[in-house]
Amino acid sequence: MADLPDPPQSAATRVVGARPVRPDGAAKADGSAAYVDDLAIEGLWHGATLRSERPRARFAVDTSALAGSGVVCLTAADVPGRNRIALIADDWPVLADGETNHVGEALALVAAPSRAAAFAALGELRVTYEDLPAEVDLDAALAGSARELAACAVDHGDVEAGLSAAAHVVEATYETAHQEHAYIEPQGMIALPGPDSAVEVVGSLQCPYYVHHALVSLLGCEPDAVRVRQAVTGGGFGGKEDYPDLIAAHAVLLAARAGRPVKLVYDRREDMLATTRRHPSRVRHRTGVDAEGKLVAVDIDVLLDGGAYTTLSPVVLSRAVLHAAGPYACPNVRIRGRVLATHTATNGAFRGFGAPQTQFAAERQMDRVARVLGLDPLAIRERNAYRPGDVTPTGQVLDESASALQCLAEAERRTGFRARWQALEAERSRALDDGRPRAGIGLSLCWHGVGFTGNGERRMESPVAVRLERGGRLAVLAASTDIGQGTETVLAQIAAEAAGVPFEAVEVAPPDTALVPDSGPTVASRTVMVVGGILERAAGELARRVREGAPGLPFAAAGDAWLAEHGPLEVVERYADDGTEFDEETYRGVAYAVHGWGADVVEASVDPDTLIARTERATLVCDVGKVIHPLLCAGQVEGGSLQAFGWGHLEAARVTGGRLEQGSFSTYTIPTTLDAPAMETVLLEHPGGSGPRGAKGVGEIPMDGGAPALAAAIENAVGIAATRIPATPEVLFEAREAGDDDG
Amino acid sequence: MTRDPHSDPKRPTLSRRTFLAGAGGVAASGALGAHLEAAGAEGAQPEPAILRGTVEITLTVNGRARTLQVEPRTTLLSALRDRLELCGTKSVCERGNCGACTVLLDGEPANACLTLAVSAVGRAVTTVEGLGDEGGLSVVQEELCTHDGLMCGFCTPGFAMSLTAVLARDPEASLDRIREGCAGNLCRCGTYPHVFQAGLEAARRLRGGR
Repeated sequence: MADLPDPPQSAATRVVGARPVRPDGAAKADGSAAYVDDLAIEGLWHGATLRSERPRARFAVDTSALAGSGVVCLTAADVPGRNRIALIADDWPVLADGETNHVGEALALVAAPSRAAAFAALGELRVTYEDLPAEVDLDAALAGSARELAACAVDHGDVEAGLSAAAHVVEATYETAHQEHAYIEPQGMIALPGPDSAVEVVGSLQCPYYVHHALVSLLGCEPDAVRVRQAVTGGGFGGKEDYPDLIAAHAVLLAARAGRPVKLVYDRREDMLATTRRHPSRVRHRTGVDAEGKLVAVDIDVLLDGGAYTTLSPVVLSRAVLHAAGPYACPNVRIRGRVLATHTATNGAFRGFGAPQTQFAAERQMDRVARVLGLDPLAIRERNAYRPGDVTPTGQVLDESASALQCLAEAERRTGFRARWQALEAERSRALDDGRPRAGIGLSLCWHGVGFTGNGERRMESPVAVRLERGGRLAVLAASTDIGQGTETVLAQIAAEAAGVPFEAVEVAPPDTALVPDSGPTVASRTVMVVGGILERAAGELARRVREGAPGLPFAAAGDAWLAEHGPLEVVERYADDGTEFDEETYRGVAYAVHGWGADVVEASVDPDTLIARTERATLVCDVGKVIHPLLCAGQVEGGSLQAFGWGHLEAARVTGGRLEQGSFSTYTIPTTLDAPAMETVLLEHPGGSGPRGAKGVGEIPMDGGAPALAAAIENAVGIAATRIPATPEVLFEAREAGDDDG
Repeated sequence: MTRDPHSDPKRPTLSRRTFLAGAGGVAASGALGAHLEAAGAEGAQPEPAILRGTVEITLTVNGRARTLQVEPRTTLLSALRDRLELCGTKSVCERGNCGACTVLLDGEPANACLTLAVSAVGRAVTTVEGLGDEGGLSVVQEELCTHDGLMCGFCTPGFAMSLTAVLARDPEASLDRIREGCAGNLCRCGTYPHVFQAGLEAARRLRGGR
């Protein structure tokens, strides 16, 4: 291996902030990248899943038709141990046992030599159901058992006193619907039985150690007996955070029984029917303001639909509640949050993790309050947005990187929002009934806590290792997965910058539990800031030791000298406790080490007759602390915003009788090239926190602001308040008929 | 440097596509084969009540003649992925919604999931594996990398095919033309702006701008 020269030590050659082509790019462009369904394995069998047709029922599966067929068939009775996926609560069965709690739930599994044979075998199974009363949405749950999967509360100041003293009290309720992840690659997993009951799984996943934990718990084995590897993964967005635990468990059980490798790859219909979605929400706001529009009290009630099982709902709720008051200072805040169980497919992690739902409500409420006061949307936000030194509802004092006002100012400078909004308001009031599309413009301001909520990062520790290789090369060992966002590229940049070596000298090891330490899941916008921050220290420390050992030598030579003299060199760093605290009972303290901030301006057009809205143009201002890779960073902002626009007006997900009506991309319409607005992305850098060079994370905040800004633009265009998303023509029509407009 | 978890030489059991190599279908039905051949002839009206068994067909894929056994109902997508070990063409929706299985038939983009393998006989099939020359990337593929019109990469082969078709038809393709040409390709990561940039830059290079 050729030695690589040291880069010249000038700012112009910095690796962080440059835009190297992603190392995994060529294989994606030429089709050679191997995703789970592209792997061929000697003696592979194919699995298939029998799914519940009823939202809630006692059931029995008759498998007798498969007796003697050679097909492997498993039911709950074949699951070893407790028949549970180990996650937060202990309520998610590997296979439903006698009672099903949602349409699409796994009742039985089969495996056969071919996919066709496996599906033919499914057709041989006979299921009998005895229906039980089902609660298939929030209304039914509230009227029925109202069973709580999670609850939490934030209290700050005296809300009732604040509301009594307010000049105006504005009350409204906001709703958001399910959202399907719609990663283009469906979920899939292959299990390979090894000798001595060891097992290996390879698949499409975000969190190898989540799967590892679930399998070790399921099998009751030693950690070393389970190996989990990520195949190249075709998108996740949270959908491959929790659910792969279940698919891996299914594949492992089938493989163990079959005594050979088994593959389970879902088709699109099955993936949409059975896997997790974004929690639907209903958020009620009661807001008190003084005569000048300063917030004096907010009282917020957050209700999420958790679906059938707990999975990650408590953590989703926590983030939803902590973001519910929006990026605005207020002395008196009360937030109550609950997740109710329904008999629908479990809702789970989805980019933003509860924060997009509550910030949709918070942003629409700010617009409503502004109208009551006769203020424009920018003015009310400028008046109330957090400044450095302000105190959040948990008592956290915001540091200098709180850039809400800078984001607003940049958005206004780029778009002339205020004048445009006022002009369009005036135009609407005298609009002719000429059927021409109406233009509207909307603004949102959002914040997003980076990394795990509360004490999560302290508990994780997150060891990250850097190993010296021959020729001055470095290997990065971390469990962070690349699911398209560019993890491999940015971690290599961070390590190269910290060690003072070229980008090409760093290799990021594949996420494989046999090779990399558990540096935590790839979630919560934590990869760059948390894992990257630890990596920065590890790479810097390794380089320091090498250079001190042989002063004056180029790094490659110094490294080889170290290896010759001392043997292998691996530096492991862990999360550094910053001494802050968060009380998970009282919800007081530092909820997030640092926040990202963003302001979106969306220009839309709305047909006044059909009420079809189009996003025409979006200006996306996002403070990410420090840009590691401008191209990939912009990609996160644009891609997240596009998902938010889809959620905001296109992606109708309707659950009827507990079943999602949409089962394909014909009926569940995600944005196409023709739906994507012209996007101007503006990346601001207000460094903060422990991330590399002050980088604060960018994965999720783009999901927060798009939908409320779009809904505001629709309101500006046609005067319909759009309190419910997706704001499809049907939803807007109903709102107009209900008189919820101000046009 | 690569992060393909399957390139580890210590893991020979996971070499790509080794198992399916040579795993053909059952013996062909000669009679049915003749039937289908007749179907291709001018004016023939084949009316088999039930199509059973497999037929032998020869497809021209990326310039190579490939003979294989397929059922009459086998899609071109399945033939490419399951028989010919060409897994760059992706299976996502199997109903023409998403464009991840886009291939070129005589240079025109087509959804391989909606095309029967037997109907591709006699036509030039180009897949993503056939875009570059001798192991190198095509100009379109290079620009997709440069502008990161990739992200997770699962839709990328389809976009590469659609962009190639657009630029072949219209070397002066505008942003709107490129946008329309890729309107049948879904990307959930939202790389569209980067795909557009890649398309515009590839067009410029193909016109001799560099």
